[in-house]
Amino acid sequence: MAEPQVLPAAKPGPLPRANMPLLRIEGVAKKFGSFRAVDRVSLDIAAGEFFALLGPSGCGKTTLLRMLAGFETPDEGRILLGGKDIAQVLPHERPINMMFQNYALFPHLNVRDNIAFGLRRAGMAKAEINTRVAEMVTLVKLDGLEKRKPDQLSGGQRQRVALARSLARRPQVLLLDEPLAALDKKLRESTQLELMELQRRLGMTFIIVTHDQEEAMTVASRIGVMDAGRLDQVATPRELYEAPLSRWIAEFIGEVNLFDGEVRSREAGRIVVSTRDAGAITVAEPRNPVTKATVSVAIRPEKVKLSRRGPVSDGTSSQSINRLEGVITDVSYLGGLTVYKVRLDSGAYLRSSMANTARIDVDAYSLSQRVVAWFTPDDCLVLEQ
Amino acid sequence: MSARRIFARPARYASIAPYVWMVLFFLVPFAFVLKISLSQTAIAQPPYTPVFDVAAGWAAISRAFGALSIDNFRLLVSDDLYVLSYLRSLVVALVSTSILLLIAYPIAYGMARLPKRWQPIAMMLVIVPFWTSFLIRIYAWINILQHDGLLNQILLATHLVSQPVVWLSTDSAMYLGIVYSYLPFMILPLYATLVKMEPALEEAAADLGASPLNVFWLVTFPLSLPGVGAGVLLCFIPIVGEFVIPDLLAGSNSLMIGQTLWLEFFTNKDWPVASATAIVLLVLLIAPLLLYDRLQRRQLEQH
Repeated sequence: MAEPQVLPAAKPGPLPRANMPLLRIEGVAKKFGSFRAVDRVSLDIAAGEFFALLGPSGCGKTTLLRMLAGFETPDEGRILLGGKDIAQVLPHERPINMMFQNYALFPHLNVRDNIAFGLRRAGMAKAEINTRVAEMVTLVKLDGLEKRKPDQLSGGQRQRVALARSLARRPQVLLLDEPLAALDKKLRESTQLELMELQRRLGMTFIIVTHDQEEAMTVASRIGVMDAGRLDQVATPRELYEAPLSRWIAEFIGEVNLFDGEVRSREAGRIVVSTRDAGAITVAEPRNPVTKATVSVAIRPEKVKLSRRGPVSDGTSSQSINRLEGVITDVSYLGGLTVYKVRLDSGAYLRSSMANTARIDVDAYSLSQRVVAWFTPDDCLVLEQ
Repeated sequence: MSARRIFARPARYASIAPYVWMVLFFLVPFAFVLKISLSQTAIAQPPYTPVFDVAAGWAAISRAFGALSIDNFRLLVSDDLYVLSYLRSLVVALVSTSILLLIAYPIAYGMARLPKRWQPIAMMLVIVPFWTSFLIRIYAWINILQHDGLLNQILLATHLVSQPVVWLSTDSAMYLGIVYSYLPFMILPLYATLVKMEPALEEAAADLGASPLNVFWLVTFPLSLPGVGAGVLLCFIPIVGEFVIPDLLAGSNSLMIGQTLWLEFFTNKDWPVASATAIVLLVLLIAPLLLYDRLQRRQLEQH
C-alpha cells in the first residue's frame, strides 16, 4: 500500500459524472425473515467505473449484488439501469452479467461451449459466435484450451473461463462476486492488475464484491463500505484510508491507533483532546466541525515517527507536535517496513511503522529501548462515531 | 510398526470379501440353475435328470454331462407363451419406468430445493412407507381398488360416476401398484444427484440469458443424468422380473415373465424350463447393466 502524504481535497472523490449515472440504487432494502440483509442502500455508479463493495462477511454486500443480478428481489426501493427500473426484471432478461464466486462453470461443457452459452441464448449467428468466442479466448489468454472441460483446468484457468463467459455478452455492467477468493496470493495479485487492465481497455462498468480491503483498494476507483446491511461510506481508496467517517471504518481499513477522549479546548483550527491513555493530543480541526464532546483520535501507524530524543524543533509548528514516551515491546520486520509496538507510560500501546528505506540500518530501534513517539496535528483524525 | 503396516493386512483381506460374496451367493447358485436348465424334467426327487452323483464315479459323471441338452432354450424361443411373456415384461417395465421418471423427477427436484432443515423430513416421508410390509401395502391397494372399495365409494359419493368402475384386475391397477411401490427407488438416486448440484450453476445459466425451461434442459437435466441412470436401472430391472404386483393387481389374460416362471416351477413342476426362463431373463437384464457400467466408467475417466 502506498503511503499517502497529504489529505485529499475536501470535495468528494474524482468521479466522472454525467447527468444520469448508469446505475442508480435508490433506497433498496431486503429482509430475510426478520434479518435486514440490506437496509435502505442508495448508491450511484457511473458508466466505466470500477466500483468495489467492501465489508465483512454477512454485511449484505453479496445480497446487494444478487439484487443487481436479479437473483433476489428488493423489498423496497428501485434499481435504475440507464434510467429504467429493473428491480423486477428476471435475471435472464437483464443486460447485466455476473462472475460467480466459485465460477459456476458448467461441468458438462468444454471451455468453448461455456463461453458460447450466453451468446447462443442471445440467438447470435453461428459465425458471429465463433468469432466472439475466439476473441474472448484470446482476451483471457486461454488459447489452445478450448476443448478442455472445467475439471481439466487449473484454478487460475477456470477463473479466466468464468471471466470470459461473463464478458462475452458485453454486458452493460459486470458483477464480480469475490472473483479472486479461490486463488493463492501471488496469482490473486497479478490477476487484480489484469482485471484493472481489462476493465480500462473494455471501458465496461465493473462492480466487485470483496471482503479483502487490499483487493478493493487495488482494483477499484471507488469503494462502498458496508456493515450490517448499511452502506457506511462511499469514497475513493485514499479518502477511505485518510478520512474514514467512523471508528469502525478506520479499524476495518488498514491499521490504526485509536485513543478515546474528550474535547478540552479549540482555537485557531486546533482542537485539544484529552485522552486517558495518551494525555492531551492536539489535532487539526476537521472540515466538518466536531460537535460531540466525546471523540476518538485516530492515527495511522505510518504517521507515528519514533526518535530517541523527540522531534527536532522546526520553528512554528513544534509547539503543537504530539509526543508520547514509551518503551518498545515488539519489533516486527516485514521487509518493506518494520512495525514497532510501543508501550506508553500510561500502559496503552501505540503502533508505529517505518519504511526500511536503507538496506543497512545502523539506527534501528531495538526491544526495550525507550523512545519518543511523535506525530503532527494534521496526521490525526477526530472520529465522532 | 507404522499404522499403515498394521492396517495393510486386514485391508487386503477385506478387499476379497465382495468376491467371496459373489462366488458364494451368485456364481455357485447360478451354476446350479444353469445345470438344471440344461437337464430334462422327470418325475423323481429331484424332479430332473441327469443328476450328478460324485459317488458313482467318473464314468457316471461324464455320462451325465453327455445327457445335458439345450432343448429347454429351444422351447422358450419356439413357444409364443414365453416370447410374449418376455415382451410384456419389457413393455411393462419400460412404461412403468417412464411414468416413474416423470413423477419422481419433480418430487426429487422439489426436495433438493427445500431449505436444508426440511430435507431430512422430506426424505423420511419418502422412506416411511417401507416400514410397512410390501405385501400389506399391495393388499391395501386391493382393498382400495375393489368393486366396493374406497375409491369407488368416493367416486360414487361425489357423483363422479354412477356405476362402480372396475379397477382391480386391470393393467391400470398393476401400473398403479408398480409405480407406487418403486417410487422411492426412483426418487432417492435423483434426489442424491440433484442435491449435490451447485445452485449457482442454474443461476449462472439464467444470468447468461437462459429461460427457466432452457436452464432445465441445458444445465439441470444433463447434470442429473447419473441419477437418472441409477434410478432407471434400480426400477427397470426388478420390474421386468416383478411377480407379486401383476399377480395380485393385474388381470390373468396375459402374464409377465415372473408369473410364467412361477407357474413353470410350482404348478408345472418343470424345474428345467423354469431355470432356462430365469437364465434368459438374466441375460436380457445384464445387457443394460453392462451399458450403464460402461457409461459410468467413461464418466469417471473424464473426472
